[in-house]
This record gives sequence, structure tokens and C-alpha cells, in this order.
Amino acid sequence: MAETRIPEPGPESPARMAPQASPALKPPRRRPKGYSVRTLPCFAVLAIFTFFALYAPILILVAFSFNAGESLARWEGFSLRWYVAAAGNEQVIDAAIRSVYLAAAAAAIATVAATCAALATTRTRRFKGRTMIYALINQPLMVPEIVTAVALLIVFAAIKVWTGHTSMVYLIAAHTAFGVPFAYLPIRARLETMDDTLEVAARDLYAAPFQVFRRVTLPLMWPGIIAGFMLAFVISMDDVVITEFVKSAGQETIPTYMLGQLRRVVTPEINAISSVILLAGAILVSLFFWISRNRR
Amino acid sequence: MSDATHPAPPPPGALEEEAHRRDTRTRWLMSLPAIFIIVCFAAGPLLVMVVYSFLTPGDYGNVEWEFSTDAWVNVLLQRDIFDDTLMWADAHLSIFWRSLSLSLITTVLALIFGVPTAWFIATQPPGKRELWLFLVTVPFWTNLLVRTIAIQELIRAEGVINTVLMWLGVIEAPIQMMFTDFAIAFGMTYVYLPLMVLPVYAAVDKLDFRLVGAAHDLYAGRWTAFRRVILPLVKPGIIAGSILVFIPCLGAYVTPRVLGGGKNLMFGNLIELQFGAGRNWPLGAALSLTLMVIVMISLVWYVRVTSRERENG
Repeated sequence: MAETRIPEPGPESPARMAPQASPALKPPRRRPKGYSVRTLPCFAVLAIFTFFALYAPILILVAFSFNAGESLARWEGFSLRWYVAAAGNEQVIDAAIRSVYLAAAAAAIATVAATCAALATTRTRRFKGRTMIYALINQPLMVPEIVTAVALLIVFAAIKVWTGHTSMVYLIAAHTAFGVPFAYLPIRARLETMDDTLEVAARDLYAAPFQVFRRVTLPLMWPGIIAGFMLAFVISMDDVVITEFVKSAGQETIPTYMLGQLRRVVTPEINAISSVILLAGAILVSLFFWISRNRR
Repeated sequence: MSDATHPAPPPPGALEEEAHRRDTRTRWLMSLPAIFIIVCFAAGPLLVMVVYSFLTPGDYGNVEWEFSTDAWVNVLLQRDIFDDTLMWADAHLSIFWRSLSLSLITTVLALIFGVPTAWFIATQPPGKRELWLFLVTVPFWTNLLVRTIAIQELIRAEGVINTVLMWLGVIEAPIQMMFTDFAIAFGMTYVYLPLMVLPVYAAVDKLDFRLVGAAHDLYAGRWTAFRRVILPLVKPGIIAGSILVFIPCLGAYVTPRVLGGGKNLMFGNLIELQFGAGRNWPLGAALSLTLMVIVMISLVWYVRVTSRERENG
């Protein structure tokens, strides 16, 4: 921090007065030492440390998923035993299948709904209620997840008692609602970069409205739709809080299963499951960035 | 305005108006699926929760349909069992205080590490910026629970940090880090840091470095230039980032549950407690609505900061 105390000319110091008094004079010697305006002391060190700190815990977690022993801190040799254990664990496989099924169903419904809404709310002049539709679609993002979770618990508990029906419907509904704003964002962003010249041309060439949509609009907005689906999928796969409150007995997903396991003795099996999730997530996110960047 | 009242020759613009009205109707119809899903499974349940917060708790969870304002009173106060006097609910107040102070500490920590990181990225050559930004965003999109577990394994009694410190001979017995407020603040900083970096980056990216150069030419030292030129220009980004970190901290549930254990509750865990062992659903509903209102106020503040910034920029 010593560097930051580079001499600062006081208001009456000759350094500040001199050039005003006689502009022809050369700059006085007491001018602060030259420095690059783009660097600040300690900032680069802190930044590099931050990047290190951001990745180190994740890398350690992945490393110990390959540990031959049961320790999460002492390396006892390379082994895939925890992956084998996880793959042979019926509860894990069961939860993983449920997670994927739930995320796929919720993301699919959310994407269809979000696509319709995005088509309706973009590329148009202001119409009555557009702001309200925006606000509604983004509403799930405004409220803390725990609040939504508790509200759904209240409503679904009443419905479950009333109908006696306890299937995955509740989880799918909850995840869909949460997925809509996430699916909507990239689709809307995509639509806003498209102008309607091609569609107007198609209409001029006597294409019926549905044909225009099917043959022109849809292919153009496809990258946005895929990106939206993937985002909704990832959000659903990662969700713990809402799932924890909405699920009925025996409806563990991977995150809620892991949360439950943390209360017991933790073995590197958790690391193995986490590593697989990380890998899947990293692939999806990279794909997402690639799609939304490449087609601009 | 309706069609039936129009005189026989439609006035100019009537046809366009009719077309516009039809267009609006189509657009509403197309938005309907999304609106339906959100009203039924996100917005609507919040209204049901308002009703529940005015009911009486049932003996085994759920509610009795009997009007009562006890839940709202109990958010801050508690009734003495013996003489029925009201006093402050110390347990709740200490949890609110922990939520608030830990969220503030996390925000400060995120500032200390996030601002230099954002600055560092923004001052990289343009071609490299995207890669650094990507490196910040990737952890943010990876599973929150997994990242919390990674922190947990790091700071456990038999975790990596303690093992390494003991091996180096710095400490003799493991330091208790898990299940402390420190663990929660540390974990939340780790988890929410990207929320600070991104808006600050956006602000630094817009910063006109010629202004800093001008300050330099006018004999401003490094520190003065930072305080008088850079900070005021980057401030909106810093405020935006701080609110973005503060809000999810207030409502955090997973991180305090995993790292704080059963004793160090935050707001989110207090809410959960009412639906679990506490068996007081109305109180849980009232607490949830309280949290929601606090978050909404912070969000309005955030929107005002960012929109003022947009007007100026």
C-alpha cells in the first residue's frame, strides 16, 4: 500500500500553481511519478488470487473423487472406486434419472411457453399490457427462492390432500414456472437482433402466415430457442430449494439426494457425483455460450 | 371506442386502430401459456401465502381456518406463556441480525475481491477479456450445491486446509471452521462473487481512461486519481454489484444450511424451521412475506441505480 501514497500536491504547492502562473515553463520536478492509468496497486495480485480461489476448491473436489482412500484431504492413490460405487448405488441412479426427466420435461414446456411469449412481446410497438407481461414473466427471478418454495409447499400440500395425487406433476409445474424466465431471456435476445425483412419478403411471395413462421421465423430463432432450453434445463438440474420443499416421499433428485447425504459421513462418492454434475454443467454452459455467441 | 358505435363511414385511422387492437389480442393470447404457468405456480401461490399468514397453526403442521394476526405479531414479538405480556422475540431478532450482518460482510468481501478482479479483466487487451469473463461466469453456472460442498470439504476439521496447516506445523489441532458464521460468510462470498464482478466490469469497461490520464496530467497522484476520478465513475457498477450480492445472501438457504449447521440459522433456515419442526405455517408465511418485502425494496433500489446510470451514460 506504500505505493498509493505517491506525493499529492497540496492546493498551494508550487507544483499546482506553477503552470497556471506561466504556462511556458516546463513542468516542475515535483510532478507525481509517472504511472500507468490502467493499473492500480495490488489489484492484479488480488485478481489473480480471486481466480485461483474461484477454481481451487472445485479442482480439489474433483481431484479427491479419484482418491483410493476414504479421506477427502489425504491422497492415497488414484482409483475409480468412488465412481464405481456411485454408478452401483441404486439411489443415485434413480435420482439421476429423475433429475434428467424432470429437467427435460420442465425445460421443454418452459421453452414452448417462453417462445410464444417472446414472439408476442418483441418486434412490436408498445401495446397495452406489454410491461405487465414482462413483469409477470420475470416475477420468479424477483422473489427469493425459499419464498417461492414455501408458497408452493402451501399450495401443493392443499392440493395433495384434496386430490390424493402425488406424482411428479408438482415438481414439473414448479420447475417449469422457474424455467420460463430463464428460457425467455435468450429467445427474446435472439428475436431482438432479427429484423423482419426476410419475413416481409416471404409474405410478399404469398407465403401463408404459418408458412412464414415455419419456414422463416423459426429457423432464424432456433439458436435462441436451443439456448433457452439449455438454460432452463441447467437451472432445473441445479435446483435444490424448490425441489426440497415440493417433492413428495421418494422423489429425490440428485441435488436433494446429495443434500441429504451431507448429514452423514461424507465419502468421496459425493465428490464423484459432484464431478459428473460439474462436467455435464460445464459442457452445457460452454455449448450455451458457443450457440449464443456464434450466431450473432 | 367500440366498433358498434362508429358512424357508417369509418373515420381515418379506424381501420389501423382495429388492426392494432386485433394484433394486441393475438399477442396476449400468445403470451397466455407463459402467464398461466407463472400465475399458477409462482405468483399465485404468493397470494395464497398472504392468506395463510392470517390463519391459526394446526397441531401437526398445516393450518386451522381461523383468523389470527398472531403470526405477524410473532415475527418480532413473543407472548410470555405465564403472564401474556409481549416482549421482543430474541431468537428471531438474533437470526435477523445474523442474516443482515453476514450479508453485509459477504458484500464487503465480494467488493474486496470482486472490484480488483473486474478491474483486471477490463484492463486486459480486448481479445483476452472475453476469456477472463468466461472464467468468472463458469463457476457461477455450475451447481450451487456442488460449490458449497467444495467449500465444506475444504474447511472441515479433517479437510484440506486443516490437514495442510497441521502438516506444516502451523497448528497442532484442527481449527473449527465448519458450523461458524465465518464459514457461512466465506461460502456465500465464494458462491456469489461473480454477481459482483460482472456489473463492476461493465462499469470499468465504460470508463474513459483519458479522464484518468487527464487527472494524472493535472498532478493527481495515484490515490487521488482513484478516489476523485475512478471511484465516482465506477460507483454505479459497484452499487449495482453490491445489491446483487446482498439480495441472494439475505434469502440464502443452502449455504447456511450446509456450512452453518443447525445452530447458525439465517432468515431462510428460520422460514424452513416453521414448516418442519416448528410446525407454525402461518408464522413461516409471515416470515417469508417479510423477507420478500425486504428483497423487493432492495430490488427497487437496484433498478433505480441502474436506470439512473443508463440515463446518464
